[in-house]
Amino acid sequence: MTAIALETSTPPRHVLQWLAVPAILIVSYGIIPAVGTSYLFEAILLPFLALSLAALGLNILTGYAGQVSLGSAAFMAVGAFAAYNFNLRVPGLPLIVSLMLAGATAAAFGILFGLPSLRLRGFYLAVSTLAAQFFVKWALTRFGWLSNYNSSGVIDAPPLTLFGLQFEGPLGRYLFALTIVVVTTAIAARLVATRSGREFVAIRDNEIAAKVFGVSIFRTKLLAFGVSSFIIGVAGFLWAFTYLRTVEPDGFNLDRSFSILFIIIIGGLASIRGAFFGAALIVVFPLVLSRLGTLIFGGVFDSGVLDMSQRIVIGALIILFLIAEPSGLVALWDRLTKGLFVRR
Amino acid sequence: MSDFDFSFLLEVLIGGLLSGVMYSLVAIGFVLIYKTSGVLNFAQGAMVLFAALTFVGILEHGVPFFVSLAVTLLIMAVLGVTIEQTVLRPLVNRPPIILFMATLGLAYILEGAAQLIWGTQVHGLNLGFDDKPLAVGEVLVSSFDLFAAAVAATMVALLTAFFRFTHTGLAFRAVADDQFAALAVGLRLPVIWAIVWTAAGFVALVAGLLWGARLGVQFSLSLIVLKALPVLVLGGFDSIVGAIVGGLLVGALEKLAEVYVGPAFGGGIEIWFAYVAALGFLLVRPTGLFGVKLVERV
Repeated sequence: MTAIALETSTPPRHVLQWLAVPAILIVSYGIIPAVGTSYLFEAILLPFLALSLAALGLNILTGYAGQVSLGSAAFMAVGAFAAYNFNLRVPGLPLIVSLMLAGATAAAFGILFGLPSLRLRGFYLAVSTLAAQFFVKWALTRFGWLSNYNSSGVIDAPPLTLFGLQFEGPLGRYLFALTIVVVTTAIAARLVATRSGREFVAIRDNEIAAKVFGVSIFRTKLLAFGVSSFIIGVAGFLWAFTYLRTVEPDGFNLDRSFSILFIIIIGGLASIRGAFFGAALIVVFPLVLSRLGTLIFGGVFDSGVLDMSQRIVIGALIILFLIAEPSGLVALWDRLTKGLFVRR
Repeated sequence: MSDFDFSFLLEVLIGGLLSGVMYSLVAIGFVLIYKTSGVLNFAQGAMVLFAALTFVGILEHGVPFFVSLAVTLLIMAVLGVTIEQTVLRPLVNRPPIILFMATLGLAYILEGAAQLIWGTQVHGLNLGFDDKPLAVGEVLVSSFDLFAAAVAATMVALLTAFFRFTHTGLAFRAVADDQFAALAVGLRLPVIWAIVWTAAGFVALVAGLLWGARLGVQFSLSLIVLKALPVLVLGGFDSIVGAIVGGLLVGALEKLAEVYVGPAFGGGIEIWFAYVAALGFLLVRPTGLFGVKLVERV
């Protein structure tokens, strides 16, 4: 993680690259809603959007600021449950306000669990972020008030309304999630190009040197934890409200935290696009693998075998990427597309 | 409190200390690898699962106990060498946190492979030892826990003797002390790493057998890694003594907290208490009880 990877600082080299963002927006707002089936929205795009956003949040903390966190799922859970409770307890509160408050609650938790980062580094910090994971899970199952004393622990999410518009059905939820992801990504991409973003990279690469140059370690680290957890909290909201349509603590387990970390390793550390590349792989890959499994072997293997082979392949992919392509899918993509844009 | 039940407190304390021994067992595997290669091996829990499942799988095919043990040990040795060659060697000179992430991937592979080969159902494991409560004065102590403690003590003694009296042990200590100096005097790091991963596999097997006899050999064995991490944080990642003392502390504190503080929070605080205790401790002493203090110069 020592390479300085501020992709926003290198201007696009070719006119086609300038067109990338509008092209993505046209495809995702114009073409996909027109041709997409509800399977595409429910099984692929909604989890993809939520996980991309979570990975984007973690990438700010881990990729840019260099603080490894294993507690992402806990902050997702905080976001989801906070939004649920704000929505439930404050009648008439617009959903967008609940969403912002949920992000703020997750950010507060993030800053709280980020406090150890002021004294700890590396492994010790990674281990201490696990505390968030266990504490949040325990609190959510222990205090019934948080889930409105729902005996099953599975709560239906309220309908999605934004500025008086109802977002219903798979397509509606997709557009809702997409809009939130687009806005958040734009803000995050802007943030990492600012002074604060550069300070993140500075403390990642050399904390002492950063201190010498007058970067406040205290402010920068806690800002990284706060911003990252805010985004992850919003992602948790998307996961529960648009993808699963239920709010329950079980989905936000340690495996989820790991898969978010895997997304940024595979996609590319310290890269906005990396989160999306990695999330696409992590969401689509198991589906492809299980399809392939049934196609090739028929019904010979049960789902347990498939689950286990998936685990093995994902683990192997992680190691493979760390060894062969430490900058992730993003670097791979750039190398592939370079030939298209650069004059031959 | 006039009617304070002192023997109950003692029972809780001893029970906690003994379960702490089990945590130490897992933690020692971490320390071995961290000391010599600077990697926090998250896959240690998966190795415990892998070793225990392999052992039980072979045993259930009618192979005698000690033959299964030897075969499992051999498999763990092969695994250690393979890990060194395929994962560690290509990642030499990369930041420690990258190596840590690689061991996360390794944990996934080992968990998947172990259950793919041996199945996901729970295997019972009987070490030929009845868990009869033993009465010591007024206090009841689990005899299985005592047995586990004895095994752990033997293993630590063996490891200590190995480090102190053999050439390989000396090489270990040299590498742990200063990798570059060790390289400069001609020690072959890859060989030492392969041996150290094998040793960690051996520790994992012992831990897997004891935990497996207690809980049944199943996936949750892999999760004891999460119990061992606060132990490491408390004891320091690079100290075997720290792993033992940390394990005992965490075990005792956890049980005492659950019994005496837990009811105030509605119980179940065992899950996170160790982490919070370790965190609080770290804020005061960032290198743990016995960890080496890193001096940073500007």
